Amino acid sequence: MNRKQYVARSSEIAARRLGDETMIMSAHDSTLFTLNPVATAIWEGADGATALEDIVRTRVCASFEVELGIALRDAQRLAERLAEHGILLLADAPFPASN
Amino acid sequence: MQEMSAKALKLGIPLSVQVDLTYRCNEQCVHCYLDHEDHGEMTTAEIKHLFDQLADAGVFFLTMSGGEILLRKDFFEILEYARRLLFSVKLKTNAVLIGKRQADRMRELGVQSVQISIYSHRPEVHDGITKAPGSLKRSIRAIRFLKEQGLQVTIANVLMLQNLGDYPGVKALGDELGVPVTLDPTITPKMDGDRSLLQLNIDSAALQGVFRDPGLVGDVEEFCAPPKGVDDDALDMLPCSAGHTACYVSPYGDVYPCVQFPLPSGNVRRTPFLDIWRHSERLNEVRTITARDLPSCSQCGHVGNCTRCPGLAFMEGDMRGPSTQDCEKSFARTGIPSTDLPAKRSAPSAPATLVQIQLAPATARANGQLIPA
Repeated sequence: MNRKQYVARSSEIAARRLGDETMIMSAHDSTLFTLNPVATAIWEGADGATALEDIVRTRVCASFEVELGIALRDAQRLAERLAEHGILLLADAPFPASN
Repeated sequence: MQEMSAKALKLGIPLSVQVDLTYRCNEQCVHCYLDHEDHGEMTTAEIKHLFDQLADAGVFFLTMSGGEILLRKDFFEILEYARRLLFSVKLKTNAVLIGKRQADRMRELGVQSVQISIYSHRPEVHDGITKAPGSLKRSIRAIRFLKEQGLQVTIANVLMLQNLGDYPGVKALGDELGVPVTLDPTITPKMDGDRSLLQLNIDSAALQGVFRDPGLVGDVEEFCAPPKGVDDDALDMLPCSAGHTACYVSPYGDVYPCVQFPLPSGNVRRTPFLDIWRHSERLNEVRTITARDLPSCSQCGHVGNCTRCPGLAFMEGDMRGPSTQDCEKSFARTGIPSTDLPAKRSAPSAPATLVQIQLAPATARANGQLIPA
Protein backbone atom coordinates (compact mmCIF):
# COMPACT_ATOMS: atom_id res chain seq x y z
CA MET A 1 0.00 0.00 0.00
CA ASN A 2 1.42 3.41 -0.92
CA ARG A 3 1.52 5.69 2.07
CA LYS A 4 0.00 9.06 1.48
CA GLN A 5 2.31 12.04 1.60
CA TYR A 6 1.29 15.32 3.17
CA VAL A 7 2.78 18.68 2.33
CA ALA A 8 2.71 22.00 4.18
CA ARG A 9 4.04 25.40 3.23
CA SER A 10 6.96 26.45 5.39
CA SER A 11 6.69 29.79 7.17
CA GLU A 12 10.42 30.35 6.73
CA ILE A 13 9.98 31.71 3.25
CA ALA A 14 8.89 34.77 1.35
CA ALA A 15 6.22 34.19 -1.27
CA ARG A 16 4.05 36.16 -3.64
CA ARG A 17 1.86 35.48 -6.68
CA LEU A 18 3.11 37.10 -9.88
CA GLY A 19 0.44 36.64 -12.48
CA ASP A 20 -0.21 32.91 -12.75
CA GLU A 21 3.12 32.01 -11.16
CA THR A 22 4.45 32.18 -7.62
CA MET A 23 7.80 33.54 -6.46
CA ILE A 24 9.23 31.88 -3.38
CA MET A 25 12.45 32.65 -1.60
CA SER A 26 13.97 30.52 1.12
CA ALA A 27 14.76 32.53 4.24
CA HIS A 28 17.65 30.14 4.90
CA ASP A 29 19.66 30.33 1.74
CA SER A 30 17.85 32.99 -0.34
CA THR A 31 17.31 30.52 -3.17
CA LEU A 32 14.59 31.95 -5.39
CA PHE A 33 12.05 29.68 -7.03
CA THR A 34 9.44 30.54 -9.58
CA LEU A 35 6.56 28.09 -9.55
CA ASN A 36 4.71 27.68 -12.83
CA PRO A 37 0.89 27.54 -12.77
CA VAL A 38 0.81 23.78 -12.05
CA ALA A 39 3.37 24.05 -9.25
CA THR A 40 1.50 27.11 -7.96
CA ALA A 41 -1.67 25.04 -7.72
CA ILE A 42 0.19 22.44 -5.65
CA TRP A 43 1.76 25.13 -3.48
CA GLU A 44 -1.59 26.76 -2.77
CA GLY A 45 -3.07 23.40 -1.85
CA ALA A 46 -0.24 22.54 0.55
CA ASP A 47 -2.22 23.27 3.71
CA GLY A 48 -0.69 20.43 5.72
CA ALA A 49 -4.03 18.61 6.02
CA THR A 50 -4.59 17.49 2.44
CA ALA A 51 -2.64 14.59 0.97
CA LEU A 52 -0.48 15.42 -2.02
CA GLU A 53 -2.39 12.93 -4.14
CA ASP A 54 -5.65 14.71 -3.36
CA ILE A 55 -4.12 18.09 -4.12
CA VAL A 56 -2.95 16.82 -7.47
CA ARG A 57 -6.32 15.22 -8.23
CA THR A 58 -8.44 18.25 -7.33
CA ARG A 59 -6.20 21.15 -8.30
CA VAL A 60 -3.98 19.84 -11.08
CA CYS A 61 -5.84 17.09 -12.96
CA ALA A 62 -9.11 18.96 -12.69
CA SER A 63 -7.65 22.14 -14.22
CA PHE A 64 -4.85 20.95 -16.46
CA GLU A 65 -5.02 18.11 -18.94
CA VAL A 66 -2.74 15.61 -17.24
CA GLU A 67 -3.09 12.04 -16.03
CA LEU A 68 -3.03 11.51 -12.27
CA GLY A 69 -0.09 9.09 -12.23
CA ILE A 70 2.18 11.38 -14.23
CA ALA A 71 1.07 14.49 -12.37
CA LEU A 72 1.58 12.85 -8.98
CA ARG A 73 5.08 11.68 -9.84
CA ASP A 74 6.03 15.18 -10.97
CA ALA A 75 4.41 16.65 -7.87
CA GLN A 76 6.42 14.33 -5.61
CA ARG A 77 9.66 15.36 -7.30
CA LEU A 78 8.72 19.02 -6.95
CA ALA A 79 7.81 18.57 -3.30
CA GLU A 80 11.11 16.84 -2.56
CA ARG A 81 13.07 19.56 -4.30
CA LEU A 82 11.26 22.32 -2.43
CA ALA A 83 11.66 20.41 0.83
CA GLU A 84 15.45 20.30 0.32
CA HIS A 85 15.41 24.09 0.49
CA GLY A 86 13.08 24.23 3.45
CA ILE A 87 10.22 25.65 1.41
CA LEU A 88 7.83 22.74 1.81
CA LEU A 89 7.50 20.38 4.73
CA LEU A 90 6.80 16.70 4.04
CA ALA A 91 5.21 14.12 6.32
CA ASP A 92 3.45 10.78 6.22
CA ALA A 93 0.52 12.11 8.22
CA PRO A 94 -1.42 15.36 8.34
CA PHE A 95 0.43 18.16 10.08
CA PRO A 96 -1.01 19.30 13.39
CA ALA A 97 -3.19 22.38 12.98
CA SER A 98 -1.23 25.55 13.90
CA ASN A 99 -2.60 28.31 16.10
CA MET B 1 15.41 37.41 -11.03
CA GLN B 2 15.59 39.17 -14.41
CA GLU B 3 12.65 37.15 -15.69
CA MET B 4 10.69 37.99 -12.56
CA SER B 5 11.43 41.69 -12.98
CA ALA B 6 10.48 41.59 -16.64
CA LYS B 7 7.19 39.90 -15.80
CA ALA B 8 6.44 42.38 -13.02
CA LEU B 9 7.16 45.23 -15.44
CA LYS B 10 4.81 43.74 -18.03
CA LEU B 11 2.06 43.23 -15.46
CA GLY B 12 2.59 46.64 -13.86
CA ILE B 13 3.35 45.13 -10.45
CA PRO B 14 5.38 46.91 -7.79
CA LEU B 15 7.78 44.09 -7.04
CA SER B 16 9.89 46.06 -4.61
CA VAL B 17 8.98 48.82 -2.15
CA GLN B 18 11.08 50.67 0.41
CA VAL B 19 9.15 51.95 3.41
CA ASP B 20 10.93 54.36 5.71
CA LEU B 21 9.42 53.71 9.14
CA THR B 22 10.77 56.89 10.70
CA TYR B 23 13.09 59.78 9.90
CA ARG B 24 14.19 59.95 13.55
CA CYS B 25 17.72 58.76 14.07
CA ASN B 26 20.22 58.10 16.85
CA GLU B 27 23.03 59.30 14.59
CA GLN B 28 23.49 62.70 12.97
CA CYS B 29 25.42 61.74 9.86
CA VAL B 30 26.94 64.74 8.15
CA HIS B 31 25.79 63.60 4.73
CA CYS B 32 22.24 62.66 5.63
CA TYR B 33 19.50 63.99 3.34
CA LEU B 34 16.69 63.67 5.88
CA ASP B 35 14.88 65.99 8.29
CA HIS B 36 15.06 64.00 11.53
CA GLU B 37 12.18 65.75 13.25
CA ASP B 38 9.04 63.65 13.64
CA HIS B 39 6.25 65.41 11.76
CA GLY B 40 3.69 62.72 12.54
CA GLU B 41 4.99 59.37 11.35
CA MET B 42 2.53 56.59 10.56
CA THR B 43 1.16 54.65 13.51
CA THR B 44 1.53 50.91 13.97
CA ALA B 45 -2.00 50.39 12.62
CA GLU B 46 -1.35 52.56 9.58
CA ILE B 47 1.84 50.70 8.76
CA LYS B 48 0.12 47.32 9.08
CA HIS B 49 -2.69 48.55 6.85
CA LEU B 50 -0.10 49.74 4.34
CA PHE B 51 1.64 46.36 4.43
CA ASP B 52 -1.70 44.62 3.77
CA GLN B 53 -2.13 46.80 0.71
CA LEU B 54 1.43 46.22 -0.49
CA ALA B 55 0.95 42.46 -0.22
CA ASP B 56 -2.32 42.66 -2.15
CA ALA B 57 -0.59 44.75 -4.81
CA GLY B 58 2.00 42.01 -5.35
CA VAL B 59 4.98 43.52 -3.56
CA PHE B 60 7.54 40.80 -2.84
CA PHE B 61 10.65 42.67 -1.69
CA LEU B 62 10.04 44.99 1.24
CA THR B 63 12.90 47.14 2.48
CA MET B 64 12.44 48.84 5.83
CA SER B 65 14.67 51.80 6.44
CA GLY B 66 14.78 55.26 8.00
CA GLY B 67 16.15 57.22 9.96
CA GLU B 68 16.88 54.41 12.35
CA ILE B 69 14.24 51.72 12.28
CA LEU B 70 14.99 50.34 15.74
CA LEU B 71 14.04 53.64 17.28
CA ARG B 72 10.46 52.64 16.69
CA LYS B 73 9.20 50.89 19.82
CA ASP B 74 6.85 48.84 17.63
CA PHE B 75 9.64 47.77 15.25
CA PHE B 76 9.49 44.05 15.98
CA GLU B 77 5.70 44.09 15.92
CA ILE B 78 5.92 45.66 12.45
CA LEU B 79 8.58 43.19 11.34
CA GLU B 80 6.57 40.22 12.57
CA TYR B 81 3.53 41.49 10.68
CA ALA B 82 5.56 41.92 7.51
CA ARG B 83 6.86 38.39 7.74
CA ARG B 84 3.39 37.02 8.38
CA LEU B 85 2.51 38.55 5.02
CA LEU B 86 5.49 36.64 3.58
CA PHE B 87 7.46 39.63 2.33
CA SER B 88 11.14 39.11 1.63
CA VAL B 89 12.38 41.65 4.15
CA LYS B 90 15.57 43.64 3.97
CA LEU B 91 16.51 45.99 6.80
CA LYS B 92 18.69 49.07 6.51
CA THR B 93 20.05 50.21 9.84
CA ASN B 94 23.08 51.62 11.62
CA ALA B 95 22.73 48.57 13.91
CA VAL B 96 23.77 50.51 16.98
CA LEU B 97 20.70 49.19 18.79
CA ILE B 98 21.10 45.57 17.66
CA GLY B 99 22.27 43.30 20.44
CA LYS B 100 22.17 39.53 20.74
CA ARG B 101 18.46 39.49 21.55
CA GLN B 102 17.52 41.65 18.55
CA ALA B 103 19.71 39.60 16.21
CA ASP B 104 18.15 36.41 17.48
CA ARG B 105 14.65 37.77 16.89
CA MET B 106 15.52 38.88 13.39
CA ARG B 107 16.69 35.37 12.60
CA GLU B 108 13.56 33.84 14.12
CA LEU B 109 11.41 36.08 11.97
CA GLY B 110 13.32 35.17 8.81
CA VAL B 111 14.77 38.55 7.84
CA GLN B 112 16.38 38.07 4.42
CA SER B 113 19.23 40.54 4.83
CA VAL B 114 20.48 43.44 6.91
CA GLN B 115 22.40 46.35 5.41
CA ILE B 116 24.52 48.32 7.86
CA SER B 117 26.20 51.67 7.26
CA ILE B 118 29.93 51.77 8.01
CA TYR B 119 31.91 54.78 6.81
CA SER B 120 35.40 53.95 8.02
CA HIS B 121 37.38 51.28 9.82
CA ARG B 122 38.73 54.02 12.08
CA PRO B 123 36.44 55.01 14.96
CA GLU B 124 37.50 58.64 14.87
CA VAL B 125 36.45 58.94 11.23
CA HIS B 126 33.26 56.85 11.36
CA ASP B 127 32.09 58.40 14.63
CA GLY B 128 33.06 61.82 13.27
CA ILE B 129 30.67 61.27 10.36
CA THR B 130 27.84 59.85 12.45
CA LYS B 131 28.49 62.30 15.30
CA ALA B 132 27.73 59.40 17.63
CA PRO B 133 30.70 58.46 19.81
CA GLY B 134 31.15 54.70 20.05
CA SER B 135 28.87 54.04 17.07
CA LEU B 136 31.46 52.15 15.01
CA LYS B 137 32.19 49.77 17.87
CA ARG B 138 28.50 49.09 18.42
CA SER B 139 27.78 48.62 14.71
CA ILE B 140 30.63 46.12 14.38
CA ARG B 141 29.45 44.26 17.47
CA ALA B 142 25.98 44.06 15.94
CA ILE B 143 27.40 42.66 12.71
CA ARG B 144 29.04 39.87 14.70
CA PHE B 145 25.74 39.07 16.48
CA LEU B 146 23.88 38.98 13.18
CA LYS B 147 26.49 36.79 11.54
CA GLU B 148 26.41 34.40 14.52
CA GLN B 149 22.71 33.99 13.83
CA GLY B 150 23.44 33.14 10.20
CA LEU B 151 21.84 36.29 8.83
CA GLN B 152 22.97 37.82 5.56
CA VAL B 153 24.69 41.13 6.26
CA THR B 154 26.13 43.74 3.91
CA ILE B 155 28.09 46.86 4.75
CA ALA B 156 27.11 50.05 2.91
CA ASN B 157 29.74 52.75 2.68
CA VAL B 158 29.23 56.22 1.22
CA LEU B 159 32.29 58.01 -0.12
CA MET B 160 32.76 61.60 0.94
CA LEU B 161 35.59 64.00 1.69
CA GLN B 162 35.90 62.80 5.26
CA ASN B 163 36.45 59.10 4.52
CA LEU B 164 37.92 59.03 1.01
CA GLY B 165 41.11 57.23 1.96
CA ASP B 166 39.42 54.69 4.22
CA TYR B 167 37.39 52.59 1.81
CA PRO B 168 40.15 49.94 1.54
CA GLY B 169 40.06 49.72 5.33
CA VAL B 170 36.29 49.24 5.28
CA LYS B 171 36.73 46.52 2.64
CA ALA B 172 39.32 44.83 4.85
CA LEU B 173 36.95 45.09 7.81
CA GLY B 174 34.25 43.49 5.71
CA ASP B 175 36.61 40.67 4.75
CA GLU B 176 37.48 40.12 8.40
CA LEU B 177 33.80 39.97 9.37
CA GLY B 178 32.85 37.87 6.33
CA VAL B 179 30.57 40.61 5.03
CA PRO B 180 30.46 42.10 1.51
CA VAL B 181 30.90 45.85 1.22
CA THR B 182 29.19 48.16 -1.25
CA LEU B 183 30.58 51.59 -1.99
CA ASP B 184 28.54 54.52 -3.25
CA PRO B 185 30.26 57.71 -4.38
CA THR B 186 26.96 59.61 -4.44
CA ILE B 187 25.99 62.23 -1.91
CA THR B 188 22.24 62.78 -2.15
CA PRO B 189 20.87 66.33 -1.80
CA LYS B 190 18.44 66.95 1.03
CA MET B 191 14.88 65.97 0.27
CA ASP B 192 13.74 69.56 0.72
CA GLY B 193 15.92 70.68 -2.18
CA ASP B 194 18.89 71.96 -0.16
CA ARG B 195 21.99 71.05 -2.19
CA SER B 196 24.63 72.16 0.32
CA LEU B 197 25.44 68.54 1.20
CA LEU B 198 26.96 68.13 -2.25
CA GLN B 199 30.02 69.97 -0.94
CA LEU B 200 30.90 66.65 0.70
CA ASN B 201 31.29 64.97 -2.71
CA ILE B 202 34.83 63.90 -3.51
CA ASP B 203 36.33 65.80 -6.44
CA SER B 204 36.76 64.53 -9.97
CA ALA B 205 40.45 63.63 -9.57
CA ALA B 206 39.72 61.58 -6.47
CA LEU B 207 36.79 59.89 -8.21
CA GLN B 208 39.07 58.96 -11.11
CA GLY B 209 41.38 57.29 -8.65
CA VAL B 210 38.53 55.32 -7.10
CA PHE B 211 37.30 54.16 -10.49
CA ARG B 212 40.79 52.91 -11.37
CA ASP B 213 41.15 50.77 -8.27
CA PRO B 214 41.00 47.16 -9.49
CA GLY B 215 40.19 46.04 -5.98
CA LEU B 216 36.93 47.94 -6.33
CA VAL B 217 35.93 47.78 -9.97
CA GLY B 218 37.59 44.58 -11.16
CA ASP B 219 38.74 44.94 -14.75
CA VAL B 220 39.72 48.61 -14.92
CA GLU B 221 40.08 48.61 -18.70
CA GLU B 222 36.54 47.33 -19.12
CA PHE B 223 35.08 49.55 -16.40
CA CYS B 224 36.73 52.68 -17.77
CA ALA B 225 36.24 51.91 -21.46
CA PRO B 226 35.05 54.76 -23.66
CA PRO B 227 31.29 54.98 -24.13
CA LYS B 228 29.80 53.04 -27.01
CA GLY B 229 27.78 55.92 -28.36
CA VAL B 230 24.11 56.37 -29.09
CA ASP B 231 22.09 53.45 -30.44
CA ASP B 232 18.46 52.38 -30.45
CA ASP B 233 18.88 49.83 -27.68
CA ALA B 234 20.34 52.48 -25.42
CA LEU B 235 17.63 54.98 -26.32
CA ASP B 236 14.81 52.55 -25.59
CA MET B 237 16.13 51.68 -22.16
CA LEU B 238 14.22 52.54 -19.02
CA PRO B 239 16.38 54.57 -16.64
CA CYS B 240 15.78 52.31 -13.60
CA SER B 241 13.02 50.52 -11.73
CA ALA B 242 11.75 53.62 -9.92
CA GLY B 243 8.05 53.96 -10.66
CA HIS B 244 8.13 50.89 -12.89
CA THR B 245 8.57 47.93 -10.55
CA ALA B 246 9.61 49.80 -7.43
CA CYS B 247 8.61 52.76 -5.34
CA TYR B 248 9.06 54.33 -1.93
CA VAL B 249 6.79 55.29 0.96
CA SER B 250 7.85 57.87 3.55
CA PRO B 251 7.08 57.68 7.28
CA TYR B 252 4.27 60.15 6.57
CA GLY B 253 2.67 58.03 3.86
CA ASP B 254 4.01 59.96 0.88
CA VAL B 255 4.65 57.79 -2.16
CA TYR B 256 7.61 58.60 -4.40
CA PRO B 257 9.16 56.71 -7.29
CA CYS B 258 12.23 56.24 -5.10
CA VAL B 259 13.75 57.57 -1.88
CA GLN B 260 16.20 59.46 -4.10
CA PHE B 261 13.39 60.68 -6.38
CA PRO B 262 11.09 62.68 -4.06
CA LEU B 263 8.34 63.41 -6.59
CA PRO B 264 5.16 63.34 -4.44
CA SER B 265 2.82 60.96 -6.22
CA GLY B 266 0.16 60.43 -3.58
CA ASN B 267 -0.27 59.73 0.11
CA VAL B 268 -1.46 56.39 1.46
CA ARG B 269 -3.17 58.12 4.38
CA ARG B 270 -5.62 59.60 1.86
CA THR B 271 -5.57 57.20 -1.08
CA PRO B 272 -5.24 53.40 -1.28
CA PHE B 273 -1.76 52.35 -2.33
CA LEU B 274 -2.87 50.51 -5.46
CA ASP B 275 -4.85 53.54 -6.65
CA ILE B 276 -1.72 55.65 -6.31
CA TRP B 277 0.44 53.02 -8.00
CA ARG B 278 -1.89 52.62 -10.94
CA HIS B 279 -3.42 56.06 -11.38
CA SER B 280 -1.03 58.70 -10.07
CA GLU B 281 -0.46 61.19 -12.89
CA ARG B 282 3.10 61.72 -11.74
CA LEU B 283 3.99 58.05 -11.57
CA ASN B 284 2.43 57.52 -14.95
CA GLU B 285 4.45 60.41 -16.33
CA VAL B 286 7.65 58.88 -14.94
CA ARG B 287 6.73 55.61 -16.66
CA THR B 288 6.62 57.23 -20.08
CA ILE B 289 10.24 58.40 -19.95
CA THR B 290 12.94 56.45 -21.75
CA ALA B 291 16.41 57.64 -22.66
CA ARG B 292 14.97 58.69 -26.02
CA ASP B 293 12.85 61.31 -24.27
CA LEU B 294 15.77 63.05 -22.62
CA PRO B 295 16.67 66.10 -24.73
CA SER B 296 20.37 66.24 -23.78
CA CYS B 297 21.13 62.71 -22.68
CA SER B 298 19.66 61.16 -25.82
CA GLN B 299 22.41 62.95 -27.78
CA CYS B 300 25.20 61.95 -25.40
CA GLY B 301 27.65 59.16 -26.13
CA HIS B 302 27.38 57.95 -22.52
CA VAL B 303 23.66 57.22 -22.85
CA GLY B 304 24.17 53.46 -23.05
CA ASN B 305 26.14 53.02 -19.85
CA CYS B 306 25.64 56.14 -17.77
CA THR B 307 24.48 55.69 -14.20
CA ARG B 308 22.04 58.59 -14.61
CA CYS B 309 19.60 58.73 -11.71
CA PRO B 310 16.29 60.35 -12.72
CA GLY B 311 15.78 61.29 -9.10
CA LEU B 312 19.01 63.25 -8.93
CA ALA B 313 18.06 64.88 -12.24
CA PHE B 314 14.67 65.78 -10.75
CA MET B 315 16.30 67.31 -7.69
CA GLU B 316 18.57 69.29 -9.97
CA GLY B 317 15.53 70.81 -11.66
CA ASP B 318 14.35 68.55 -14.46
CA MET B 319 13.55 64.85 -14.42
CA ARG B 320 14.22 64.77 -18.15
CA GLY B 321 17.49 66.58 -17.71
CA PRO B 322 20.97 65.31 -16.95
CA SER B 323 22.18 64.48 -13.48
CA THR B 324 25.41 66.41 -13.10
CA GLN B 325 26.67 64.03 -10.42
CA ASP B 326 26.33 61.18 -12.90
CA CYS B 327 27.91 63.24 -15.69
CA GLU B 328 30.89 63.70 -13.35
CA LYS B 329 31.00 59.95 -12.72
CA SER B 330 30.94 59.15 -16.44
CA PHE B 331 33.77 61.63 -17.00
CA ALA B 332 35.80 60.34 -14.09
CA ARG B 333 35.33 56.82 -15.35
CA THR B 334 36.09 57.29 -19.05
CA GLY B 335 37.85 60.65 -19.38
CA ILE B 336 35.24 61.71 -21.90
CA PRO B 337 32.91 64.52 -20.89
CA SER B 338 29.19 64.11 -21.32
CA THR B 339 27.23 66.40 -23.61
CA ASP B 340 26.20 68.64 -20.75
CA LEU B 341 29.19 68.54 -18.45
CA PRO B 342 31.14 71.51 -19.80
CA ALA B 343 28.07 73.75 -19.60
CA LYS B 344 27.11 72.49 -16.16
CA ARG B 345 30.59 73.15 -14.82
CA SER B 346 30.66 76.69 -16.13
CA ALA B 347 27.13 77.62 -15.02
CA PRO B 348 25.66 75.21 -12.47
CA SER B 349 21.86 75.17 -12.59
CA ALA B 350 19.82 76.46 -9.70
CA PRO B 351 18.02 73.75 -7.79
CA ALA B 352 14.37 73.17 -8.60
CA THR B 353 11.70 74.59 -6.40
CA LEU B 354 10.63 71.16 -5.38
CA VAL B 355 7.06 70.44 -4.48
CA GLN B 356 7.43 70.22 -0.74
CA ILE B 357 6.63 67.03 1.07
CA GLN B 358 2.97 67.28 2.01
CA LEU B 359 2.42 66.59 5.69
CA ALA B 360 -0.56 64.34 6.32
CA PRO B 361 -3.63 66.19 7.58
CA ALA B 362 -4.72 65.42 11.12
CA THR B 363 -7.20 62.57 11.08
CA ALA B 364 -9.42 61.01 13.67
CA ARG B 365 -8.91 57.35 14.37
CA ALA B 366 -11.37 54.89 15.76
CA ASN B 367 -10.50 51.28 16.53
CA GLY B 368 -7.21 51.74 14.71
CA GLN B 369 -8.95 52.61 11.46
CA LEU B 370 -8.02 55.72 9.62
CA ILE B 371 -10.85 58.13 8.97
CA PRO B 372 -10.19 60.50 6.06
CA ALA B 373 -10.14 64.14 7.05
